[in-house]
Amino acid sequence: MKKVVTKGRTVEEAISLALKELDTSRENVETKVLELPSGGIMGLFRNRYAKVEVIINTDLCKIAKTYLNNIVSAMGIEANIETSLDENVLSIVMTGQDMGILIGRRGQTLDSLQYLTSLVINKLTEQYVRVVLDTENYRKKRELTLKDLAEKLAHRVISTKKKIELEPMNPYERRIIHATLQKNNKIYTFSQGEEPFRKVVIDIKKTS
Amino acid sequence: MKNLVEVLVKSLVENPDAVVVNEVTAEQSITLELRVAADDMGKVIGKQGRIAKAIRTVIKAAAAKENKRVILEIIQ
Repeated sequence: MKKVVTKGRTVEEAISLALKELDTSRENVETKVLELPSGGIMGLFRNRYAKVEVIINTDLCKIAKTYLNNIVSAMGIEANIETSLDENVLSIVMTGQDMGILIGRRGQTLDSLQYLTSLVINKLTEQYVRVVLDTENYRKKRELTLKDLAEKLAHRVISTKKKIELEPMNPYERRIIHATLQKNNKIYTFSQGEEPFRKVVIDIKKTS
Repeated sequence: MKNLVEVLVKSLVENPDAVVVNEVTAEQSITLELRVAADDMGKVIGKQGRIAKAIRTVIKAAAAKENKRVILEIIQ
């Protein structure tokens, strides 16, 4: 349980009830007053109780950092891990030697680590938090590679008038291809197949 | 290797104490047998085996570093 709503005769009473229910102490929670006790108007709409919402504060950055640190050192790799949480995006950057091993072929290992970390984090949160794991600027480099590839293949489709199927990619990578070619009015793109083998197809637009 | 699987899995499941990993080392390959609480099977396999696949990818990367092949078996 991460969140409770309690009622009490005073705000303090409501909070202490919530803390008891959550089995934690004041410094680990965030509180929000939903309703204050009031006299109401001429005895109408009288509210005898204070209502508060108490949420357990979990340091997601720390949890992600510890999880990845444990994994990486169990792999016999030394890495420095930096985290930052902005809105609902948790960004993690690893630096050190042997980062190639953590990236893997076409970023497979990096994606797997990112996915596992995201599972651990989202187990603890009410609202979905997107986890982005990166090292040696891999994500940015991969994005540029995919943009280049998209442009190159689009040209080929236009000159040969034949459609091209790309290799299977994850949703994030497919999105980059679609977005890159969206403004090209000679071709169109779509995805086909089932995850995890879903792939982008680039085809020529028929002029009627 | 055994330790790596434990680290990976324990944070995913509801019953970390029930996670047991058995390591069988052969000449060039390592077989890891993973057992978790019955309720946690879904947490280590995932939809269409997505979680199991991610775990295997990570341990393969670690094994490749030692020039070994690694097999992860999830035992019911």
